[in-house]
Amino acid sequence: MHEEKEGKLYNPYEMEQQEWKKRQVKERGKQLLTIISPIFILLLWEICSRTGVLDIRFFPPPSAIVSTFFELMTSGLLWTHISVSLYRIAAGFLLGVIPGIIIGLLMGLYAPIRHFISPIVMAFMPIPTLALLPIIIILFGIGDFSKVVTIAGSVFFPVVINTVAGVLNIEKVHLDVAKNYGASPTDFFLRIAFPGALPVMLEGIQMGQAIALLTIVAAEMMGATSGIGYLIWTSYKAFMLKEMFVGLILISFFGFMFSLLLRGLQRKIIPWR
Amino acid sequence: MDQPVKISIDNLTKVFYKKNNSVTAIQNITLNVEEGEFVCIVGPSGCGKTTLLRILADLEQPSSGTFSIESDTDFRPLQSMVFQEKGVIPWLTVEENVAFGLNMRHLPKEFVRKQTNYYLKKVGLTKFSKLYPKELSGGMKQRISIARAFANDPEILLMDEPFAALDEQNKFILQEELLSIWSETKKTVIFITHSIDEALLLSDRIVLMSAQPGEIVEEIKVPLPRPRTMEQVRANLEMAEQFIAIWNHLQQEVQKSRK
Repeated sequence: MHEEKEGKLYNPYEMEQQEWKKRQVKERGKQLLTIISPIFILLLWEICSRTGVLDIRFFPPPSAIVSTFFELMTSGLLWTHISVSLYRIAAGFLLGVIPGIIIGLLMGLYAPIRHFISPIVMAFMPIPTLALLPIIIILFGIGDFSKVVTIAGSVFFPVVINTVAGVLNIEKVHLDVAKNYGASPTDFFLRIAFPGALPVMLEGIQMGQAIALLTIVAAEMMGATSGIGYLIWTSYKAFMLKEMFVGLILISFFGFMFSLLLRGLQRKIIPWR
Repeated sequence: MDQPVKISIDNLTKVFYKKNNSVTAIQNITLNVEEGEFVCIVGPSGCGKTTLLRILADLEQPSSGTFSIESDTDFRPLQSMVFQEKGVIPWLTVEENVAFGLNMRHLPKEFVRKQTNYYLKKVGLTKFSKLYPKELSGGMKQRISIARAFANDPEILLMDEPFAALDEQNKFILQEELLSIWSETKKTVIFITHSIDEALLLSDRIVLMSAQPGEIVEEIKVPLPRPRTMEQVRANLEMAEQFIAIWNHLQQEVQKSRK
């Protein structure tokens, strides 16, 4: 079907193709905006602190922060802080996530366990783990392990709660299918309960990851001699603000990396969603 | 028609009790189903047909009464159910869904593979065996459910309105496919539906139930020779009369339950 319009020949196929191309350009534009926005902020910051709109003592320009980063890196000092913090995050994360999943699954599957543990979880959840830091330090000392425990404590709760919700959200008909086709308790656990709870459980793990980063910085500000939080806190107290900003930006960078990593993982382990 | 009795249901009653308030879902259901018979249970919605099926499927316990399913081998499971629309498990691939019952029984891998492939082919899903159900249409998903039940090779099949959520055309296609697979295996089937057309097309006998409490009020033989097609059922004058008779009954029941 061709149609004469303003002296030009149009056909529906070409029209749609043009429309499609326009949509593609728009899509790419949106992606570009996402990339531009952090660059724009950094540039604005650079210009403002160089022109004196921002006080250079409090807001050193990003270029200066970058060069400080490389100085710290070559001295090897920063690397120690980073590796210590990453170790604490990883260990604390695992120590919170694994019991969180196991206890959450048990609570989801067995009502008596759920009714027994729920009040305990509810009672402890509102207390910020950081408020318990003094007790944790008394119990576990000021070494690495007390930081690991602090992180584990704050990661545990969102994981437990989401795992329980994940199990309880499994469609009843899937439980019926398992029962009707004679699934043994082991098969039921591995083939129905665990995969069925996985999507909601992973959301809890995502939250746990974000909380782990919040916690590590604060935990390292109290009773620590190394780590990114320690770097931020001591640099601030010594008025070495460039070093402090290096620490802040590192935290932001790791947070971003971890979310990307977990999201990638999510796509890998729940391809059926 | 003188086959041995496969399913005997004796005086089944199910009462749901909640806060001083009880609902009798089914009452004194007594029914014998012969070996190889295809029985449809038709009744107004909320008449307890699903409750009856769930009792037979061992998903619900009867309040009183008994039932038994004849079995002369230990190898076969007593029953397998084809569920309503959401019965396919989303985190298992098409293939794994069809093999589900066999895997739960931990049968030899080679046997499971053969059996699964056979029924995948039967329902035309071989091409899609590695996909997840989310990538398939509603009709395809119900094909998985049907293949899963047949692959499990049970003594009897229970079907709970498997086509209720499908559009009309898909429904016709799947009904005829079901008949063709069934005619090969000659399994005993209890099929629940609220569609009179469906019951007339599929069954040897239609059991009509009343509205709450669900009781059997009438049994109608469907003598139409097999293999049947939807066209034959629609063109047959006797079937048209049956349709109207069942329809009148259902209307009365609906009226009664409104009073």
